[in-house]
Amino acid sequence: MNIVSLLSGCCLFATGPLTEPVGVVHYLIVGAILFTAGVVCMALKRNALGVLMGIELVLNGANLNFVAFSSPYLRGPGAATLGLDGQVIALFVILLAAAEAAVALAITLNFYNNHSTVDIDRADDLKG
Amino acid sequence: MISLSGMLMTPVLAAGLPVAAINWHSVLFLLFASLASIFAVGVVLADNVVRMALYLVFSLAATAGLFFLAGAEFIGAMQLMIYVGGTLVLLVVGVMLTAQAPFVSIKPSAADRALAGLAGSSLLVVLLAAALSVDSWQRPGLGEVTAPTATPLGMALLGMRVDGPAAGAATGAVANGYLLPFEIVSIHLLVVLVGAAYLARAKRRRTPRSIDAAASAVSVVEGSERVELPAARPPRSGSASALVSGGSK
Amino acid sequence: MAAFLINSVELPEWLAWTITALVAAALILNVIAGGALAFIWAERKIAARIQDRLGPTRTGGRFGWLQSLADGIKLLAKEDLMPDGADGMLFRIAPYVSFCASFCAFIALPFAFDFVGQRLNVGVFFVIAVLGLEVFGVILAGYASASKWSLFGAMREAAQVVSYEVPLGMCVVVPVMLAGSMDLVTIAEKQAGWLTNWYLFHDPFTFVIFWVYVTCAVASVNRAPFDLAEAESELVAGFHTEYSGLRWSFFFMAEYASMFLVSALAAILFMGGWNGPVPLAALAGFSEGTGDTAHYLVRVVGLANLLTKATLGVLFMMWIRWTLPRLRIDQVMTTCLKYCTPIAAAMFAGAMLWQLAFPGGLIPGLARPAGEIREGWLEGPGGQSAPVVVPSVDGTVAKAVR
Repeated sequence: MNIVSLLSGCCLFATGPLTEPVGVVHYLIVGAILFTAGVVCMALKRNALGVLMGIELVLNGANLNFVAFSSPYLRGPGAATLGLDGQVIALFVILLAAAEAAVALAITLNFYNNHSTVDIDRADDLKG
Repeated sequence: MISLSGMLMTPVLAAGLPVAAINWHSVLFLLFASLASIFAVGVVLADNVVRMALYLVFSLAATAGLFFLAGAEFIGAMQLMIYVGGTLVLLVVGVMLTAQAPFVSIKPSAADRALAGLAGSSLLVVLLAAALSVDSWQRPGLGEVTAPTATPLGMALLGMRVDGPAAGAATGAVANGYLLPFEIVSIHLLVVLVGAAYLARAKRRRTPRSIDAAASAVSVVEGSERVELPAARPPRSGSASALVSGGSK
Repeated sequence: MAAFLINSVELPEWLAWTITALVAAALILNVIAGGALAFIWAERKIAARIQDRLGPTRTGGRFGWLQSLADGIKLLAKEDLMPDGADGMLFRIAPYVSFCASFCAFIALPFAFDFVGQRLNVGVFFVIAVLGLEVFGVILAGYASASKWSLFGAMREAAQVVSYEVPLGMCVVVPVMLAGSMDLVTIAEKQAGWLTNWYLFHDPFTFVIFWVYVTCAVASVNRAPFDLAEAESELVAGFHTEYSGLRWSFFFMAEYASMFLVSALAAILFMGGWNGPVPLAALAGFSEGTGDTAHYLVRVVGLANLLTKATLGVLFMMWIRWTLPRLRIDQVMTTCLKYCTPIAAAMFAGAMLWQLAFPGGLIPGLARPAGEIREGWLEGPGGQSAPVVVPSVDGTVAKAVR
């Protein structure tokens, strides 16, 4: 991970963005953007459901990475990939994210019923 | 009719100059990638929680398109059905239920936003540097999707791997199946179903509301601003089910 | 078509492909929307006859052929209103979300053997998944209208559509299990031949599952006895109370497109799709292949078959709308959770056991197309597997499918 590879990596599309087939790195960049957006969302939002949306974005960024590494179409012929394992991992991530979102939403609704707000900054009953 | 797999064109000669053909796979990738990124950033920047939910729906739907383009058709369809069609519907319904006027836009302070922006941008730089660091990831791909993966995926979940030897296995040994995680996730989903239903159930009120309000006023912690809570009463615990069944309670 | 544009008209490639894509999209859009126009007229006539009256008789002749067109012109000319407290962007975008979700499913729906927008390996899954996205438009419309009737209607519809996805998925799994593939083209091709090859008549469990599918599909598109979300007599007009003119017509078109979609899906999954009750092409001596005029004709006949079956399904939905009384929301949820889901699960188990007990069908020797083809994935010497065709039980020639 040196400067030379960084700079050479900047020419992601050799002959133009519309003619060159995409590689793994393009998917990784999109995954990084989603992941960062999710982390900022989780850190920043005061609405509990906003935090939940950040969690979903984080998991989707990770899923994009898994699928990108597992795909044989994003690499040249004969390259080694994660194969089916990456897709199965992404599948399980989706399932578990759904389960976790259900529980998180139940908690949020409970919180709303008890405090009549979804502002997580007001969840300070155990403070001090 | 068009078929996406037939869209890889050969270069066309026009007036003697070789013109590279447009790779529609890349065009669609750019479209879906920009949609996913822009709407993800929109989720962060939006203040109205309902709009945040809408932007998240579009972002995740574009991500499903990206999955289709990478050849993971089953995962793409799963993303659409479970994530967008299930989880996000749940989220949006939750947003509707709690989106009373004072809580639709809760803005964090400017210092918080600056700090979050700084942390976010440094994280993005680190991730991009890591993504661009490996040379073999930057080579262009094949640009079209040929073989389906739904059946090998299904067989793998049943415990039988039919997609060839394990990655890196020199002896030709076939990789493991995923039957046990599949069963565990099924039980997990059942447990979550029961747990979430119990957690969000409508609680029956045994005392009239005025006595309840007075009791909560008495029991409030000194010095907190919750003394004025009896004036702004918390809504009924059965609000969620009341909306569905017509609010007859 | 793109090849014709590139070779004969000498257009640049990107332009040729863009034009082809636009033509295909315009075809789907206009045929389905035009079909919606025809279905609206048919609904008014059928409703009228069931209620012992005549229906439209003035516009465009004795049968009111142009009534839908007149309605469309009226809707276009209406004032574009938006309620005062409504969220502007969400209010405007909601009809388009519903409309797009409804029309996206036609990408994967095959109309004949080669007439499919994108032949997906997970076709059935994709169609069911996209059908469930229509509820977003409804929720947004209900919320953004800033009216409690709209919100109630939207929440009820969300609960209904999401709940009915469960038995719908289970009903759809049975033909997938019988065919061995989620590809819609494969499922329909497996039912080629005579009427008895249809999965509807495959075993009694599938027959019952078909009727459970009909119930769940009708509930999924908010039609007939399950139309509580837009109940005129209860919630004014439910989630589209505040919509008028062209915006409302988008919701309407989305609903009719969904009706057509689930009918076409039922035709493909259970009733052979584009294979008619009589295998005309096989009797005339044609064989499978592509590119010839005769084969194109076979495709067009198949297209007519599928459209007929889908239209009959839509007319059936209209029939039961005007015959059965509306269900309450708790009755709707009861039907889903206490009746449809257990019955679907039991029938699925029954169909599975039937397949184990009688793998070649109950009456051996019945003419079946290409036999029991399973996508047998075996390890080749190079590591990457390839689909293997298993010869059929009765020895007919196996046909390789993807």
